[in-house]
Amino acid sequence: MIEISNASKWYGDFQVLDNCSTRVGTGEVVVVCGPSGSGKSTLIKCVNGLEPINSGDITVDGTQVTARKTNLNQLRSRIGMVFQNFELFPHMSALDNIKLGQLKVLNRSANEADERAHALLKQVGLSEHASKYPAQLSGGQQQRVAIARGLAMDPIAMLFDEPTSALDPEMINDVLDVMVDLAGEGMTMMVVTHEMGFAQKVADRVVFMDEGRIVEDAPTQEFFKAQGSERAQLFLSKILTH
Amino acid sequence: MGDFDYAVIYNNLPLLIDGLKVTFLLTILAVVGGIFLGTVLALIRIAKIPVLSWVAVAYVNFFRSLPLILVIFWLYFLVPLFLGRPVGSFYSVLVAFILFEAAYYSEIIRAGITSVREGQVAAGRAIGLSYTQTMRYIVLPQAFRAMVPVLLTQAIVLFQDTSLVYVVGLKDFLVSAELIANRDQRLVEMFVFVAIVYFIISFAGSLYARRLQRKLSV
Repeated sequence: MIEISNASKWYGDFQVLDNCSTRVGTGEVVVVCGPSGSGKSTLIKCVNGLEPINSGDITVDGTQVTARKTNLNQLRSRIGMVFQNFELFPHMSALDNIKLGQLKVLNRSANEADERAHALLKQVGLSEHASKYPAQLSGGQQQRVAIARGLAMDPIAMLFDEPTSALDPEMINDVLDVMVDLAGEGMTMMVVTHEMGFAQKVADRVVFMDEGRIVEDAPTQEFFKAQGSERAQLFLSKILTH
Repeated sequence: MGDFDYAVIYNNLPLLIDGLKVTFLLTILAVVGGIFLGTVLALIRIAKIPVLSWVAVAYVNFFRSLPLILVIFWLYFLVPLFLGRPVGSFYSVLVAFILFEAAYYSEIIRAGITSVREGQVAAGRAIGLSYTQTMRYIVLPQAFRAMVPVLLTQAIVLFQDTSLVYVVGLKDFLVSAELIANRDQRLVEMFVFVAIVYFIISFAGSLYARRLQRKLSV
Protein backbone atom coordinates (compact mmCIF):
# COMPACT_ATOMS: atom_id res chain seq x y z
CA MET A 1 0.00 0.00 0.00
CA ILE A 2 2.68 2.48 1.07
CA GLU A 3 6.13 1.97 -0.44
CA ILE A 4 9.02 4.18 0.55
CA SER A 5 12.25 3.49 -1.26
CA ASN A 6 15.53 5.27 -0.71
CA ALA A 7 13.88 8.51 0.36
CA SER A 8 16.29 11.30 1.20
CA LYS A 9 15.58 14.87 2.17
CA TRP A 10 17.65 17.88 3.10
CA TYR A 11 16.83 21.15 4.82
CA GLY A 12 19.65 23.18 3.35
CA ASP A 13 22.81 21.38 4.39
CA PHE A 14 21.07 19.32 7.03
CA GLN A 15 19.97 15.87 5.97
CA VAL A 16 16.69 14.97 7.69
CA LEU A 17 16.06 11.73 5.83
CA ASP A 18 18.90 9.49 4.76
CA ASN A 19 18.03 6.80 2.26
CA CYS A 20 14.91 5.56 4.05
CA SER A 21 13.08 2.49 2.78
CA THR A 22 10.12 0.71 4.27
CA ARG A 23 6.65 -0.43 3.34
CA VAL A 24 3.21 -0.69 4.87
CA GLY A 25 1.11 -3.47 3.42
CA THR A 26 -2.66 -3.28 3.03
CA GLY A 27 -4.29 -3.69 6.43
CA GLU A 28 -0.96 -3.45 8.19
CA VAL A 29 -0.16 -1.24 11.15
CA VAL A 30 3.37 0.07 11.25
CA VAL A 31 4.65 2.08 14.20
CA VAL A 32 7.53 4.47 13.64
CA CYS A 33 9.49 5.46 16.72
CA GLY A 34 12.78 7.06 17.56
CA PRO A 35 14.30 9.96 19.47
CA SER A 36 13.13 13.49 18.69
CA GLY A 37 14.81 14.93 15.64
CA SER A 38 15.26 11.47 14.13
CA GLY A 39 13.14 12.41 11.12
CA LYS A 40 10.10 10.26 11.84
CA SER A 41 7.57 13.10 11.59
CA THR A 42 9.21 14.30 8.41
CA LEU A 43 9.05 10.81 6.95
CA ILE A 44 5.33 10.47 7.56
CA LYS A 45 4.66 13.92 6.09
CA CYS A 46 6.46 12.82 2.94
CA VAL A 47 4.02 9.94 2.49
CA ASN A 48 1.18 12.28 1.48
CA GLY A 49 3.47 14.85 -0.06
CA LEU A 50 3.04 17.52 2.61
CA GLU A 51 6.83 17.54 2.58
CA PRO A 52 8.65 16.87 -0.67
CA ILE A 53 11.63 14.54 -0.79
CA ASN A 54 14.80 15.35 -2.68
CA SER A 55 15.57 11.87 -3.92
CA GLY A 56 14.09 8.42 -3.79
CA ASP A 57 10.58 7.32 -4.41
CA ILE A 58 7.30 7.04 -2.50
CA THR A 59 4.19 5.36 -3.85
CA VAL A 60 0.79 4.98 -2.22
CA ASP A 61 -1.62 2.46 -3.67
CA GLY A 62 0.44 2.40 -6.85
CA THR A 63 0.42 6.18 -7.26
CA GLN A 64 3.78 7.89 -7.19
CA VAL A 65 3.65 10.71 -4.62
CA THR A 66 6.86 12.12 -6.01
CA ALA A 67 5.82 12.19 -9.67
CA ARG A 68 5.20 15.58 -11.19
CA LYS A 69 1.99 14.54 -12.93
CA THR A 70 0.40 13.09 -9.80
CA ASN A 71 -2.69 14.92 -8.62
CA LEU A 72 -1.59 15.35 -5.02
CA ASN A 73 -4.90 16.81 -3.88
CA GLN A 74 -6.73 13.76 -5.09
CA LEU A 75 -4.20 11.42 -3.55
CA ARG A 76 -4.29 13.25 -0.21
CA SER A 77 -8.06 13.04 -0.09
CA ARG A 78 -7.63 9.27 0.03
CA ILE A 79 -5.04 9.30 2.84
CA GLY A 80 -6.21 10.41 6.26
CA MET A 81 -3.78 12.32 8.45
CA VAL A 82 -3.85 13.08 12.15
CA PHE A 83 -1.50 15.68 13.59
CA GLN A 84 0.22 16.08 16.91
CA ASN A 85 -1.59 19.36 17.58
CA PHE A 86 -4.94 18.15 16.20
CA GLU A 87 -5.20 21.10 13.83
CA LEU A 88 -8.95 21.16 13.86
CA PHE A 89 -10.32 24.23 12.12
CA PRO A 90 -11.12 26.51 15.08
CA HIS A 91 -13.79 28.53 13.27
CA MET A 92 -15.94 25.47 12.59
CA SER A 93 -17.94 23.17 14.81
CA ALA A 94 -16.81 19.58 15.25
CA LEU A 95 -19.45 18.52 12.76
CA ASP A 96 -18.37 21.07 10.15
CA ASN A 97 -14.75 20.06 10.59
CA ILE A 98 -15.73 16.56 9.55
CA LYS A 99 -17.98 17.79 6.73
CA LEU A 100 -15.65 20.25 5.00
CA GLY A 101 -13.58 17.75 3.04
CA GLN A 102 -16.61 15.69 2.14
CA LEU A 103 -18.35 18.75 0.72
CA LYS A 104 -15.47 20.51 -0.98
CA VAL A 105 -13.26 17.62 -2.06
CA LEU A 106 -15.55 14.63 -2.46
CA ASN A 107 -18.53 16.79 -3.52
CA ARG A 108 -20.93 14.86 -1.35
CA SER A 109 -24.38 16.30 -0.76
CA ALA A 110 -24.96 18.18 2.48
CA ASN A 111 -27.23 15.40 3.73
CA GLU A 112 -24.79 12.66 2.95
CA ALA A 113 -21.91 14.54 4.59
CA ASP A 114 -24.05 15.26 7.60
CA GLU A 115 -25.03 11.63 8.05
CA ARG A 116 -21.48 10.42 7.66
CA ALA A 117 -20.18 13.03 10.11
CA HIS A 118 -22.74 12.08 12.75
CA ALA A 119 -21.96 8.39 12.31
CA LEU A 120 -18.24 9.06 12.73
CA LEU A 121 -18.76 11.22 15.80
CA LYS A 122 -20.69 8.32 17.28
CA GLN A 123 -17.89 5.95 16.37
CA VAL A 124 -15.32 8.06 18.26
CA GLY A 125 -17.73 8.53 21.18
CA LEU A 126 -18.50 12.21 20.72
CA SER A 127 -22.10 12.27 19.51
CA GLU A 128 -23.16 14.93 22.00
CA HIS A 129 -20.38 17.27 20.99
CA ALA A 130 -21.27 17.72 17.31
CA SER A 131 -22.07 21.40 17.53
CA LYS A 132 -19.19 22.34 19.82
CA TYR A 133 -16.21 24.30 18.60
CA PRO A 134 -12.69 22.92 19.03
CA ALA A 135 -11.93 25.39 21.82
CA GLN A 136 -14.81 23.89 23.82
CA LEU A 137 -13.37 20.39 23.58
CA SER A 138 -10.58 18.76 25.56
CA GLY A 139 -7.40 17.72 23.77
CA GLY A 140 -8.45 14.10 23.67
CA GLN A 141 -11.84 15.01 22.26
CA GLN A 142 -10.27 17.26 19.66
CA GLN A 143 -7.96 14.51 18.55
CA ARG A 144 -10.84 12.10 18.17
CA VAL A 145 -12.69 14.65 16.05
CA ALA A 146 -9.52 14.96 13.98
CA ILE A 147 -9.48 11.20 13.47
CA ALA A 148 -13.13 11.35 12.42
CA ARG A 149 -12.26 14.15 9.99
CA GLY A 150 -9.69 11.89 8.38
CA LEU A 151 -12.01 8.90 8.28
CA ALA A 152 -14.79 10.95 6.68
CA MET A 153 -12.87 10.84 3.42
CA ASP A 154 -13.06 7.02 3.40
CA PRO A 155 -9.29 6.81 3.25
CA ILE A 156 -7.31 3.83 2.01
CA ALA A 157 -4.74 4.49 4.74
CA MET A 158 -4.36 6.64 7.83
CA LEU A 159 -1.21 8.49 8.90
CA PHE A 160 -0.76 9.47 12.55
CA ASP A 161 1.95 11.95 13.48
CA GLU A 162 2.47 11.64 17.24
CA PRO A 163 -1.27 11.69 17.88
CA THR A 164 -1.03 11.46 21.66
CA SER A 165 2.11 13.39 22.53
CA ALA A 166 0.30 16.69 23.07
CA LEU A 167 -2.31 15.10 25.34
CA ASP A 168 -2.69 14.91 29.08
CA PRO A 169 -2.09 11.36 30.29
CA GLU A 170 -5.72 10.69 31.15
CA MET A 171 -6.80 11.54 27.60
CA ILE A 172 -4.29 9.34 25.83
CA ASN A 173 -6.23 6.13 26.22
CA ASP A 174 -9.43 7.55 24.72
CA VAL A 175 -7.51 8.31 21.56
CA LEU A 176 -5.55 5.06 21.55
CA ASP A 177 -8.78 3.09 21.99
CA VAL A 178 -10.15 4.64 18.82
CA MET A 179 -6.93 3.78 17.02
CA VAL A 180 -6.94 0.20 18.28
CA ASP A 181 -10.51 -0.19 17.02
CA LEU A 182 -9.46 1.16 13.66
CA ALA A 183 -6.58 -1.28 13.45
CA GLY A 184 -8.98 -4.06 14.35
CA GLU A 185 -11.19 -3.08 11.44
CA GLY A 186 -8.27 -3.63 9.13
CA MET A 187 -7.31 -0.02 8.42
CA THR A 188 -3.85 0.44 6.94
CA MET A 189 -2.02 2.64 9.41
CA MET A 190 1.36 4.30 9.74
CA VAL A 191 1.78 5.69 13.22
CA VAL A 192 4.58 7.84 14.59
CA THR A 193 4.36 7.36 18.33
CA HIS A 194 6.19 6.59 21.53
CA GLU A 195 3.29 4.59 22.88
CA MET A 196 5.00 1.23 23.03
CA GLY A 197 1.96 -0.36 24.63
CA PHE A 198 0.00 0.53 21.54
CA ALA A 199 2.78 -0.81 19.34
CA GLN A 200 2.85 -4.13 21.16
CA LYS A 201 -0.89 -4.44 21.01
CA VAL A 202 -1.64 -3.67 17.38
CA ALA A 203 1.49 -3.05 15.33
CA ASP A 204 2.57 -5.58 12.76
CA ARG A 205 5.98 -3.99 12.48
CA VAL A 206 8.02 -1.39 14.27
CA VAL A 207 10.37 0.95 12.46
CA PHE A 208 13.06 2.62 14.53
CA MET A 209 14.67 5.79 13.24
CA ASP A 210 17.74 7.66 14.37
CA GLU A 211 19.46 10.65 12.75
CA GLY A 212 17.35 10.43 9.62
CA ARG A 213 18.02 6.75 9.02
CA ILE A 214 15.83 3.74 9.45
CA VAL A 215 17.97 1.78 11.86
CA GLU A 216 15.58 -1.04 12.40
CA ASP A 217 12.48 -2.39 10.69
CA ALA A 218 11.26 -5.55 12.34
CA PRO A 219 8.09 -7.47 13.17
CA THR A 220 6.78 -6.20 16.49
CA GLN A 221 7.58 -9.27 18.56
CA GLU A 222 11.14 -9.39 17.30
CA PHE A 223 11.60 -5.69 17.92
CA PHE A 224 10.65 -6.02 21.56
CA LYS A 225 12.58 -9.26 22.09
CA ALA A 226 15.83 -7.38 22.41
CA GLN A 227 17.35 -8.71 19.27
CA GLY A 228 17.67 -5.39 17.57
CA SER A 229 20.30 -2.73 17.30
CA GLU A 230 22.01 -1.33 20.33
CA ARG A 231 20.66 2.13 19.59
CA ALA A 232 17.07 0.88 19.53
CA GLN A 233 17.52 -1.06 22.73
CA LEU A 234 18.94 1.98 24.46
CA PHE A 235 15.97 4.02 23.27
CA LEU A 236 13.53 1.38 24.45
CA SER A 237 15.14 1.08 27.85
CA LYS A 238 14.88 4.82 28.24
CA ILE A 239 11.21 5.11 27.42
CA LEU A 240 10.06 1.87 29.01
CA THR A 241 11.70 2.19 32.43
CA HIS A 242 9.29 4.85 33.68
CA MET B 1 -21.73 81.81 22.54
CA GLY B 2 -25.02 83.46 23.46
CA ASP B 3 -26.03 83.81 19.86
CA PHE B 4 -25.32 80.20 18.87
CA ASP B 5 -27.89 79.61 16.18
CA TYR B 6 -29.25 76.10 16.30
CA ALA B 7 -31.76 76.91 13.59
CA VAL B 8 -29.08 77.13 10.92
CA ILE B 9 -28.22 73.49 11.58
CA TYR B 10 -31.82 72.43 11.73
CA ASN B 11 -32.83 74.30 8.61
CA ASN B 12 -30.01 72.86 6.59
CA LEU B 13 -30.29 69.27 7.78
CA PRO B 14 -31.32 67.86 4.38
CA LEU B 15 -28.21 69.31 2.75
CA LEU B 16 -26.01 68.11 5.58
CA ILE B 17 -27.49 64.64 5.42
CA ASP B 18 -26.84 64.52 1.70
CA GLY B 19 -23.24 65.39 2.43
CA LEU B 20 -23.02 62.76 5.13
CA LYS B 21 -24.38 60.20 2.70
CA VAL B 22 -21.56 60.97 0.29
CA THR B 23 -19.05 60.60 3.12
CA PHE B 24 -20.51 57.26 4.19
CA LEU B 25 -20.83 55.91 0.67
CA LEU B 26 -17.24 56.88 -0.05
CA THR B 27 -16.03 55.28 3.18
CA ILE B 28 -17.94 52.04 2.67
CA LEU B 29 -16.99 51.59 -0.97
CA ALA B 30 -13.36 52.45 -0.26
CA VAL B 31 -13.23 49.97 2.65
CA VAL B 32 -14.76 47.18 0.57
CA GLY B 33 -12.59 47.93 -2.46
CA GLY B 34 -9.50 48.46 -0.31
CA ILE B 35 -9.96 45.18 1.54
CA PHE B 36 -10.55 43.32 -1.72
CA LEU B 37 -7.48 44.74 -3.46
CA GLY B 38 -5.51 44.49 -0.21
CA THR B 39 -6.35 40.80 0.10
CA VAL B 40 -5.22 40.18 -3.47
CA LEU B 41 -1.93 41.98 -2.79
CA ALA B 42 -1.43 40.10 0.47
CA LEU B 43 -2.10 36.72 -1.16
CA ILE B 44 0.32 37.49 -3.99
CA ARG B 45 3.02 38.27 -1.46
CA ILE B 46 2.32 35.25 0.69
CA ALA B 47 2.17 32.84 -2.23
CA LYS B 48 5.52 34.34 -3.35
CA ILE B 49 4.43 34.46 -6.97
CA PRO B 50 7.53 35.54 -8.90
CA VAL B 51 7.53 39.06 -10.42
CA LEU B 52 3.96 39.73 -9.23
CA SER B 53 5.11 39.45 -5.66
CA TRP B 54 7.79 42.04 -6.34
CA VAL B 55 5.20 44.32 -7.93
CA ALA B 56 2.99 43.96 -4.85
CA VAL B 57 5.85 44.94 -2.55
CA ALA B 58 6.66 47.94 -4.72
CA TYR B 59 2.99 48.95 -4.79
CA VAL B 60 2.63 48.82 -1.02
CA ASN B 61 5.82 50.75 -0.40
CA PHE B 62 4.95 53.31 -3.06
CA PHE B 63 1.53 54.20 -1.72
CA ARG B 64 2.58 54.07 1.91
CA SER B 65 5.26 56.65 1.17
CA LEU B 66 2.92 59.23 -0.34
CA PRO B 67 0.63 61.73 1.37
CA LEU B 68 -2.99 60.79 0.76
CA ILE B 69 -3.88 64.27 -0.39
CA LEU B 70 -1.35 63.99 -3.17
CA VAL B 71 -2.86 60.71 -4.34
CA ILE B 72 -6.31 62.30 -4.37
CA PHE B 73 -5.01 65.17 -6.48
CA TRP B 74 -3.21 62.93 -8.91
CA LEU B 75 -6.09 60.57 -9.45
CA TYR B 76 -8.40 63.52 -9.95
CA PHE B 77 -6.40 64.36 -13.04
CA LEU B 78 -5.21 60.89 -13.99
CA VAL B 79 -8.46 58.89 -13.92
CA PRO B 80 -10.22 61.03 -16.58
CA LEU B 81 -7.01 61.09 -18.60
CA PHE B 82 -6.72 57.33 -18.37
CA LEU B 83 -10.33 56.70 -19.30
CA GLY B 84 -10.39 59.43 -21.93
CA ARG B 85 -13.53 61.01 -20.52
CA PRO B 86 -14.59 62.96 -17.43
CA VAL B 87 -15.84 60.73 -14.62
CA GLY B 88 -16.83 63.17 -11.90
CA SER B 89 -14.91 63.79 -8.75
CA PHE B 90 -16.67 61.05 -6.74
CA TYR B 91 -15.28 58.23 -8.84
CA SER B 92 -11.80 59.63 -9.18
CA VAL B 93 -11.67 60.13 -5.42
CA LEU B 94 -13.04 56.64 -4.81
CA VAL B 95 -10.34 55.13 -6.98
CA ALA B 96 -7.73 57.16 -5.10
CA PHE B 97 -8.98 55.91 -1.73
CA ILE B 98 -9.18 52.29 -2.83
CA LEU B 99 -5.65 52.34 -4.27
CA PHE B 100 -4.27 54.11 -1.21
CA GLU B 101 -6.10 52.08 1.42
CA ALA B 102 -5.29 48.79 -0.29
CA ALA B 103 -1.63 49.35 0.55
CA TYR B 104 -2.46 49.63 4.24
CA TYR B 105 -5.06 46.89 4.24
CA SER B 106 -2.71 44.48 2.50
CA GLU B 107 -0.21 44.83 5.34
CA ILE B 108 -2.92 44.25 7.95
CA ILE B 109 -4.26 41.26 6.04
CA ARG B 110 -0.81 39.83 5.47
CA ALA B 111 -0.13 39.99 9.21
CA GLY B 112 -3.49 38.32 9.81
CA ILE B 113 -2.76 35.52 7.38
CA THR B 114 0.69 34.86 8.81
CA SER B 115 -0.84 34.70 12.28
CA VAL B 116 -2.76 31.57 11.25
CA ARG B 117 -0.71 28.56 12.28
CA GLU B 118 1.10 26.69 9.55
CA GLY B 119 -0.39 23.42 10.75
CA GLN B 120 -3.79 24.69 9.63
CA VAL B 121 -2.60 24.81 6.05
CA ALA B 122 -1.16 21.32 6.38
CA ALA B 123 -4.45 20.06 7.83
CA GLY B 124 -6.39 21.57 4.95
CA ARG B 125 -4.06 20.17 2.34
CA ALA B 126 -4.07 16.79 4.07
CA ILE B 127 -7.79 16.31 3.47
CA GLY B 128 -7.23 17.09 -0.20
CA LEU B 129 -8.19 20.78 -0.38
CA SER B 130 -6.31 22.74 -3.02
CA TYR B 131 -4.16 25.72 -2.04
CA THR B 132 -6.95 28.11 -3.06
CA GLN B 133 -9.59 26.16 -1.17
CA THR B 134 -7.36 26.02 1.90
CA MET B 135 -6.96 29.80 1.77
CA ARG B 136 -10.67 30.37 1.22
CA TYR B 137 -12.19 27.99 3.73
CA ILE B 138 -9.52 27.76 6.39
CA VAL B 139 -6.89 30.48 6.43
CA LEU B 140 -8.78 33.62 5.36
CA PRO B 141 -11.80 33.14 7.67
CA GLN B 142 -9.46 32.78 10.62
CA ALA B 143 -7.28 35.66 9.47
CA PHE B 144 -10.23 38.00 9.00
CA ARG B 145 -11.66 37.09 12.37
CA ALA B 146 -8.40 38.06 14.02
CA MET B 147 -8.16 41.23 11.93
CA VAL B 148 -11.66 42.64 12.32
CA PRO B 149 -10.77 45.12 15.08
CA VAL B 150 -7.72 46.40 13.19
CA LEU B 151 -9.64 46.63 9.94
CA LEU B 152 -12.37 48.56 11.71
CA THR B 153 -9.86 50.96 13.22
CA GLN B 154 -8.40 51.53 9.78
CA ALA B 155 -11.92 52.14 8.45
CA ILE B 156 -12.43 54.85 11.09
CA VAL B 157 -9.22 56.53 10.01
CA LEU B 158 -10.48 56.33 6.45
CA PHE B 159 -13.82 57.83 7.48
CA GLN B 160 -11.98 60.86 8.82
CA ASP B 161 -9.64 61.00 5.86
CA THR B 162 -12.52 61.22 3.41
CA SER B 163 -12.79 64.86 4.46
CA LEU B 164 -9.71 65.42 2.29
CA VAL B 165 -11.96 65.32 -0.77
CA TYR B 166 -12.33 68.98 0.08
CA VAL B 167 -9.37 69.59 -2.22
CA VAL B 168 -11.27 68.48 -5.30
CA GLY B 169 -14.54 70.09 -4.27
CA LEU B 170 -16.57 66.93 -3.82
CA LYS B 171 -19.61 67.76 -1.70
CA ASP B 172 -19.12 65.43 1.22
CA PHE B 173 -20.23 66.20 4.77
CA LEU B 174 -17.50 68.71 5.52
CA VAL B 175 -17.75 70.55 2.21
CA SER B 176 -21.56 70.77 2.47
CA ALA B 177 -21.23 72.23 5.94
CA GLU B 178 -18.63 74.69 4.78
CA LEU B 179 -20.80 75.87 1.89
CA ILE B 180 -23.68 76.49 4.29
CA ALA B 181 -21.38 78.17 6.77
CA ASN B 182 -20.14 80.63 4.18
CA ARG B 183 -23.51 81.23 2.65
CA ASP B 184 -25.27 81.90 5.95
CA GLN B 185 -22.25 83.37 7.69
CA ARG B 186 -22.56 80.78 10.47
CA LEU B 187 -19.05 79.36 10.61
CA VAL B 188 -18.97 78.56 14.33
CA GLU B 189 -22.24 76.65 14.35
CA MET B 190 -21.42 74.64 11.30
CA PHE B 191 -17.88 73.66 12.20
CA VAL B 192 -18.84 72.80 15.77
CA PHE B 193 -21.66 70.64 14.49
CA VAL B 194 -19.41 68.91 11.93
CA ALA B 195 -16.79 68.24 14.60
CA ILE B 196 -19.37 66.72 16.93
CA VAL B 197 -20.72 64.41 14.24
CA TYR B 198 -17.25 63.23 13.18
CA PHE B 199 -16.33 62.72 16.82
CA ILE B 200 -19.41 60.72 17.76
CA ILE B 201 -19.16 58.38 14.79
CA SER B 202 -15.41 57.86 15.10
CA PHE B 203 -15.43 57.46 18.85
CA ALA B 204 -18.33 55.03 18.83
CA GLY B 205 -16.49 53.10 16.14
CA SER B 206 -13.28 52.85 18.14
CA LEU B 207 -15.16 51.82 21.28
CA TYR B 208 -16.78 49.06 19.29
CA ALA B 209 -13.42 48.03 17.82
CA ARG B 210 -11.96 47.84 21.32
CA ARG B 211 -14.85 45.70 22.50
CA LEU B 212 -14.41 43.36 19.57
CA GLN B 213 -10.72 43.13 20.31
CA ARG B 214 -11.44 42.09 23.89
CA LYS B 215 -14.10 39.63 22.83
CA LEU B 216 -11.86 38.00 20.23
CA SER B 217 -8.84 37.74 22.49
CA VAL B 218 -10.73 35.63 25.04
